[in-house]
Amino acid sequence: MKQKRNVSYAKYGYIFSLPFIIVFAIFSLYPIIYTGVIGFTDYKGLGTTTWHFLDEPFKNFVTILNNGSFRQALKNTFIIWTLNFIPQILMALLLTAWFTSRRNKVRGKGFFKVLFYMPNIITAASIAILFYALFSYPVGPVNSLLMQFGIIDKPVYFLVSKANARAIVAFIQFWMWYGYTMLILTSGVMGINPEIYEAAEIDGTSGIQTFFYITLPNLKTILLYVLITSMIGGLNMFDIPKLFMQGGPDNSTLTTSVFIYNQAFSGSYLYNRAAAASMIMFVIIAIFSGILFYVMRDKSEIEIKKEAKRAKKERMRLLEEQEAAQ
Amino acid sequence: MKQRSKSKSILFKVVVYSVCLLLAILSVLPFWVMFVNATRDTYQIQQTALSLIPSTHLMDNIKILLGKTFDPMKGLTNSMIVSVSSTLLTIYFSALTAYALVAYNWKLRSPFFTFILAVMMIPAQVSVIGFYQFMYKIGMTNNFLALILPSVAAPAAVFFMRQFMLASLPLELIEASRIDGASEFYTFNKIVLPIMKPAMATQAIFTFVSSWNSLFLPLVLLTDNDKYTMPIMVSLLRGDIYKTEYGAVYLGLALTVLPLFIAYFLLSRYIIEGVALGGVKG
Repeated sequence: MKQKRNVSYAKYGYIFSLPFIIVFAIFSLYPIIYTGVIGFTDYKGLGTTTWHFLDEPFKNFVTILNNGSFRQALKNTFIIWTLNFIPQILMALLLTAWFTSRRNKVRGKGFFKVLFYMPNIITAASIAILFYALFSYPVGPVNSLLMQFGIIDKPVYFLVSKANARAIVAFIQFWMWYGYTMLILTSGVMGINPEIYEAAEIDGTSGIQTFFYITLPNLKTILLYVLITSMIGGLNMFDIPKLFMQGGPDNSTLTTSVFIYNQAFSGSYLYNRAAAASMIMFVIIAIFSGILFYVMRDKSEIEIKKEAKRAKKERMRLLEEQEAAQ
Repeated sequence: MKQRSKSKSILFKVVVYSVCLLLAILSVLPFWVMFVNATRDTYQIQQTALSLIPSTHLMDNIKILLGKTFDPMKGLTNSMIVSVSSTLLTIYFSALTAYALVAYNWKLRSPFFTFILAVMMIPAQVSVIGFYQFMYKIGMTNNFLALILPSVAAPAAVFFMRQFMLASLPLELIEASRIDGASEFYTFNKIVLPIMKPAMATQAIFTFVSSWNSLFLPLVLLTDNDKYTMPIMVSLLRGDIYKTEYGAVYLGLALTVLPLFIAYFLLSRYIIEGVALGGVKG
């Protein structure tokens, strides 16, 4: 009887997943494959609908990999990501250490968390243009502020310098994301067994020791998660660099995403080259998420097995109860 | 000894609160300047760009802003249509897919879940060329459906819902409903969904915000002015037509973020909890 019940309900697993599978196949899977195919063709120009495979299949990929702007974009993406991530993770770890300190309770934690996370939910497009306005020259809020504090004595034209433009984009990213990272890390600390901390307290470890020897090692998986999702997010960086300085000055804030957009949807509409660049990005992202996947997978598989066992037990119990009732 | 640890703790507090206060100012100041400058005219902004006190030129700025291509009402309506529909589709179908993964024992369940984990990180940028060409061919550029329908398949949302369901959906309840003779679909709609309300609310907030803020795909797909969503409207403020109208630009920005501010401060408790709970980027 049990056998029969399992068989008859299993089909609902397929039926209920069907909408997801169909929509995913049409709107995600097919476009990815199609993008891959376009990468091997001569597809370009607005409104073109016909295309042919190239005689040298990898020509677009070779062109893109040798393209100065694409290399520059990869380099920029890496520089901007590093400039944003290192301070971001350090600041988030520091705040996490403070907010979860068992000895010194910080008051107003909730209030600070709300404010620190706030920039993350505001439209990135608006933030990019807001910062463009804030840094304007010769009169702009940032220039006024710095002059009032006597840090500079004449206005600085921030946006003509490559280094400054990159630094500002990195700062915006930092400013938008450290609150998020801090929230993830503090919730990770909440998940650590409090008994470990109690034991450490009895042993007389200092707050700093506790952080380095207990908190940090226990956050390893979460830190890796933050690192990899941030790397992927960094590769996708579009809104801020696109609207802040349109990738400029002199391509200094051109990221891979902005590069793909510019290739495909402006100028000579080089869909094939943009598609090749997309596929290169896809490979990089696949490697990153492969690592993340490998690390996270074990856990969820154990969970499934546990849950299956529990469900089985539960069914047996219910069956027994039913039989007893009859 | 005790004295020393006490003074140490005071020092700790001084450092902590100064840093936190500084960061808090950093979070608020740019938006404060934005709201204040939205009420000042170009002349005032050129005199001193930084002022913390609002002025009286809000109406003038509104007139300048609305006199050109920027149309906040249209952007608001379009964004609302796209975001609300996307959110509804995402939360309903993600819950349904998660239910398939949790409640039923089917052969491909585990491979399907592995697949969802694997594709969770794939961004729109990777498939955008194929997606655009596909939509162009079937005449769906400038059609909101192209932005709305894909929300049925939201891998990250499914993952989140599944985690929640594993923790808080008692399978006995489903058994009981079956014994009562309810159909599987009825059980999902009338018994499972109400239990999923907290997870759906959290997911709704994040889906809505990320859809509302999304720039990349709308920018690629929507070329018709009438179809512009809020982030595309915002990008117009960067153009030449508002070059010298500083007050109007700040006002335009203020209008676009105002709804988010209101929503955030009303829901901040749930949002903060949701970020901590999910650990999944929207």
